[in-house]
Amino acid sequence: MSAPLLEARGVAVDVGGRRVVEALDMALLGGERLAILGRNGAGKSTLLSTLAGLRPTTAGVVLLAGEDCALMLPREAALRRAWLGQFQSDPFGSTVLETALTGRHPHLGRWDWETGRDGELARSALAAVGLAGMEQRQIHTLSGGERQRLAIATLFAQAAPLYLLDEPLAHLDLNHQMAVLELFAGTARDCGAGVLMVLHDPGLAHRFCDRALLLHGDGRTELGAVDAILTAEKLSELYGYALRQIDDGGRRCFIPE
Amino acid sequence: MPTRRRAFLILAALCLLAVASIGLALMVGSLRIAPTEVLAALLGQDSAGVDVVLQLRLPRALAGFACGGLLALAGALMQVLLRNPLADPYVLGISGGAGVGALFAILLGLPVLGVDALAFAGALGAMLLVFGLAHGDGSWTQSRLLLTGVIVAAGCGALVALMLALAPDDRLRGMLFWLMGDLAQAGSAGPSLLALVAALLLAMPFARELNLLARGLMQAQALGVAVNRLRYTIYLLASLATAASVTTAGSIGFVGLVVPHLVRLATGNDQRLLLPASVLAGGSLLVLADTLARTLIAPQQLPVGVLTALIGVPVFLFLLSRQPK
Repeated sequence: MSAPLLEARGVAVDVGGRRVVEALDMALLGGERLAILGRNGAGKSTLLSTLAGLRPTTAGVVLLAGEDCALMLPREAALRRAWLGQFQSDPFGSTVLETALTGRHPHLGRWDWETGRDGELARSALAAVGLAGMEQRQIHTLSGGERQRLAIATLFAQAAPLYLLDEPLAHLDLNHQMAVLELFAGTARDCGAGVLMVLHDPGLAHRFCDRALLLHGDGRTELGAVDAILTAEKLSELYGYALRQIDDGGRRCFIPE
Repeated sequence: MPTRRRAFLILAALCLLAVASIGLALMVGSLRIAPTEVLAALLGQDSAGVDVVLQLRLPRALAGFACGGLLALAGALMQVLLRNPLADPYVLGISGGAGVGALFAILLGLPVLGVDALAFAGALGAMLLVFGLAHGDGSWTQSRLLLTGVIVAAGCGALVALMLALAPDDRLRGMLFWLMGDLAQAGSAGPSLLALVAALLLAMPFARELNLLARGLMQAQALGVAVNRLRYTIYLLASLATAASVTTAGSIGFVGLVVPHLVRLATGNDQRLLLPASVLAGGSLLVLADTLARTLIAPQQLPVGVLTALIGVPVFLFLLSRQPK
């Protein structure tokens, strides 16, 4: 068995001088989906960008496909993981297709120009998120949800085996929330990709993920299979608000009391 | 995204524009010289205006082209570096530093070489000062860099105003012309042309990475750009390009701010095309403006910075109004 796509060993993360994650050990294999849940400010985004190698750990190491990401060239890391941030901004204009094509950057040499194949990959990524036919639109004419789906298409164009998603459902309507989650679940199942995502809906996390990681914001973390971790008792403590759990077939949903 | 073919066509068209503008600059002036005679002079044959063409107009036109190209390149780079469409080569205080050096030299009555040397030293001083201060706590954020630059520029502006107030009347005109930008003071075109070629050659390998940098630091880093190294490189490159231009021709305004936008409106924001196209367009604009500056009320000469703005503003507004949305 090859090395896990992502491995954290004794990782600690500080936000603004406060320790939010302490001694986190975890590994993500191909085909696995893991949800990160926690309150606002619990360090979810910071942990995710740390695991992506975009900021240094306070302690511990992060391994991408078995290699320390702190010692890795940015381009090397970009071939091993794709990262979806919470904010996209572009002070200069750009078309939808140009934006999706930026995902091909790590695959191209310094002097290479995007080939027809890169264009095809970008177009099919756009089609996968329902943006077909909008290739030539200027991105500032897109709605928030369309902008978010464009960012997801860019990730698919990057075609890395590991997806680190910070609130992938932000700005999306119900229909597209399900479509995006199905898309990532399908990529994990069919292509053996690993998916790690920050979610705010424990019901969806239970339905679309294998495991969940709870961040309590004071350094404590809990990691385990969704059935064991996503329970009314644990989530009520996590969010500081009483939740009632309703089981329906294999699915679970949580209602605030 | 322009195809490679389209990019070459656009650049070829701009090359023609550049050649045409330089050709025009060689022909017109207080002494009109026919195109055939200009050509003969360039080919080394003896003709009527050979001295005027080779000794006076050619160096000035080439220096103008180099400065325009340097400013447009520096402007395009600064706009990406600061992710701010309002950035120009002077926003971080480079021209302010050069201005302080140059005016001080003029005040002391130094010869042209001394003025150039102190201007360049001033530009480098401002660059290092901004770099050091903005880097202070290691954060090196865009807003910190921009604020530091603007404050250093304001400080330099105050020193410039102080020197203007203290200057004797006979030096004042030279100082004002330096500040407005003037190609008459450009000596040989060699150094600035060399700087232009070097700056463009150094910037082009990073062009696609700059496309990503314009979309945000984390975004660029996630897609495989060594963000900090790229930003240091681009800062130094843009600053040195600005310093080379300012030393040659004083602080000519407007070219560095507007030419990148002009090109962007016409061709899109792919830096692989934008950078070389800005160089060609900026060079051509400055050569045309300078030709007008020395012919409109010949034999008197206008400061070229006035003309760059007078040409650029209507062209820019036209392109902006043509743009859908």
